[in-house]
Amino acid sequence: MSMFSIFSVSGSAISAQSQRLNVVASNLANADAVAGPDGQGYKSRQVVFETTPMGADASSGVRVNGIRESNEPMKRVHNPAHPSADADGYVTQSNVNPVEEMVNMISASRSYQNNVEVMNTAKTLLLKTLQMGQ
Amino acid sequence: MFANLTSSLDFHSNALVLRAERQRVIASNIANADTPGYAGRDINFKEALSAANGSGAQLTSPKTPSGTGNSRHIALQASTSSLDATALRYTTQSQPAMDGNSVDMDRERANFADNSVRYEATLRFINSQSKTLLSAIQGQ
Repeated sequence: MSMFSIFSVSGSAISAQSQRLNVVASNLANADAVAGPDGQGYKSRQVVFETTPMGADASSGVRVNGIRESNEPMKRVHNPAHPSADADGYVTQSNVNPVEEMVNMISASRSYQNNVEVMNTAKTLLLKTLQMGQ
Repeated sequence: MFANLTSSLDFHSNALVLRAERQRVIASNIANADTPGYAGRDINFKEALSAANGSGAQLTSPKTPSGTGNSRHIALQASTSSLDATALRYTTQSQPAMDGNSVDMDRERANFADNSVRYEATLRFINSQSKTLLSAIQGQ
């Protein structure tokens, strides 16, 4: 049964990486969002990966342990004409760093592709094993 | 007589099981390429295969093996599916990372491709050997 657990291992990695892509997408979408009336702007979010055992020994998958909010200071832009500007004329925006998020996106997409390829190779090998002795 | 007929098939089947195990271990490494603190693992194939074949040789020894009450009983096959823990090793960091992850994606992908080709080669050995045996049995 050992080769079959590759599907659950790679599957867990694929779902974890897609969750990471999801978080990157919401960070980028909110990159320019201004703070609401409560003064709390959008805080950048990051996923935290964790190893999780899968079936047999030495086969370990991935799961998302949690999503943490960044504690970086909020971006403040001087724009007195803006309706959300405070008394000093500053607008509070999210603390998302778009460059970091783009790098994160590329890394997630590469890891996703790698795991899809592992899955495809395992599938091909299993199909060939099914034809053994013919 | 029959043992002679199938001993090399046994050898290749042990190798195939170990290749599948190694494939699984490398797949875990690739899945955990972004997990902080994960230590990559790999199998020392040479040691694992000689250990697997060593346990196979014990079965044909004259003393009654476990699972048999009579010397003419066929012994239970030792399972090679659970790896010998000694053959499973941790990989070292080739380019140390801040998060303590020791998976080198280039190395793992190369290992994965290498292992798939060798898996398929073992599969072909088994296939051609079984064809040879079949044609010998049929005498055609």
